[in-house]
Amino acid sequence: MAKLHISTTINGEPIEFLCDPPQTMLEVLRDQLGLTGSKEGCGSGDCGACSITVDGRLVCSCLMLAAEAEGHRLETIEGMARGDQLHPLQKKFVELAALQCGICTPGFLVASKALLDRNPNPTETEVRYWLAGNLCRCTGYDKIIRAVMEVAADMRETAR
Amino acid sequence: MHTFILERPRDLAAALAFHAQAGRNDAPAEYIAGGTDMVQLLQEHVRRPERLVSLAGLLDGHIEAGPQGLRLGAAATMADVAVHPAVVEQFPVISEALLNSASPQVRNQATMGGNLLQRTRCPYFRDVGYAACNKRSPGSGCSAIDGENRWHAVVGTSDDCIAANPSDLAVALVALEAGVELRGAGGQRFVPLIDFHRLPGNTPHIESVLEPGEVIAAITVPASSTARRSHYLKVRDRASFEFAVVSAAVALDMDGGRIRAARVALGGVGTKPWRVPKVEAALAGGSLDPAVLRRAAALAAEGAQGRGHNDFKIELMQRAIVRAIETAGARA
Repeated sequence: MAKLHISTTINGEPIEFLCDPPQTMLEVLRDQLGLTGSKEGCGSGDCGACSITVDGRLVCSCLMLAAEAEGHRLETIEGMARGDQLHPLQKKFVELAALQCGICTPGFLVASKALLDRNPNPTETEVRYWLAGNLCRCTGYDKIIRAVMEVAADMRETAR
Repeated sequence: MHTFILERPRDLAAALAFHAQAGRNDAPAEYIAGGTDMVQLLQEHVRRPERLVSLAGLLDGHIEAGPQGLRLGAAATMADVAVHPAVVEQFPVISEALLNSASPQVRNQATMGGNLLQRTRCPYFRDVGYAACNKRSPGSGCSAIDGENRWHAVVGTSDDCIAANPSDLAVALVALEAGVELRGAGGQRFVPLIDFHRLPGNTPHIESVLEPGEVIAAITVPASSTARRSHYLKVRDRASFEFAVVSAAVALDMDGGRIRAARVALGGVGTKPWRVPKVEAALAGGSLDPAVLRRAAALAAEGAQGRGHNDFKIELMQRAIVRAIETAGARA
């Protein structure tokens, strides 16, 4: 069967790829485009390890057909650092050891950035609520929540 | 996933011409919008359509609020509707139902139309390892009736299917007497939401009144005296990202301490979103006294039938009604 030709933008770069109709965005990112930062945990939208943004909206790439990327603007974890310069969230996750095995970390970082982009001053309850689509089986979440809260405070300080 | 042809039509008319049909496992062609449920069904081989017709960019996604009420375009996402100021202020039960559904990621993807058409969470329907499921394979039997049926329905059931409708949104909308605008190749029609989902009877594989080549175009919610003082109570096994064991959507029109009119619907207990008119009638003119509420709520249990593991839902749904009314009644 003929492949579908898809034109999209990923991390600011125009990207074209060919895919089969049943391929998910996550499969294409990882297996065809070499963007393996997004992880497959559950493959059913429960764990958030595959989180990316599409036109600025946080979504699960495992629940998106790759063909639906046509004409949209995608951001993945690979686009978060600026060259060698880590994003403040990435630095803080390292500093506070807000990870252990690391499988969930890209998803948490993408989701945390999406949260802070729309709410720079979240309460702890809000952080926990808006990260409810991301599962971590190692940390118990506390360090992750603290990292996000501290980055939010740092970024507000910088913006002042 | 099985191989399928993905159609990406240029406009809605072209999409309707494919005669795809939602919510039927025997339909050769099906529509896909947000995809959050459909992709899972495809991954698990529950759905194996020959053709999938994408509605991306073809349906209205606007949220309009006016003196007549609310109009939610079918493509509006759960996330956008949940935080729309008019929805939050005038129809809080809708916002609460949405914010207690799924996760931020899924709410960003999932649409209004798709939410109403999401398939049941019955584990036997979702696992093709079980041969018997009348909803998935008509005539194959029901694994749930004598199986693990803690999550299943106690009202609206039949001897062929006891699968519960999983939508929180639909419960809130049924309480508010919402309707759906359907668009098909032959034109447009309006269906009250309470009549949109079908009881399973002996055809549980047919879940809605949608015809081939027909889609939900919009949801309309009439302005009412009850919507502003409304509440969605969801009882579930964990605090987030979980479907309802039991839920209650209530909307009240209060005259001081008296209930002038009440709207009550239940989730997690019905094979379709379940409104309870007898409870509403019993509440009208009464007070918020717990004993009074309890007597009215008991009428919800009329005709309810547990299947063993889900017997507790019959008591729990009455308590949920009482608690939800107390919460809504305490609102300014």
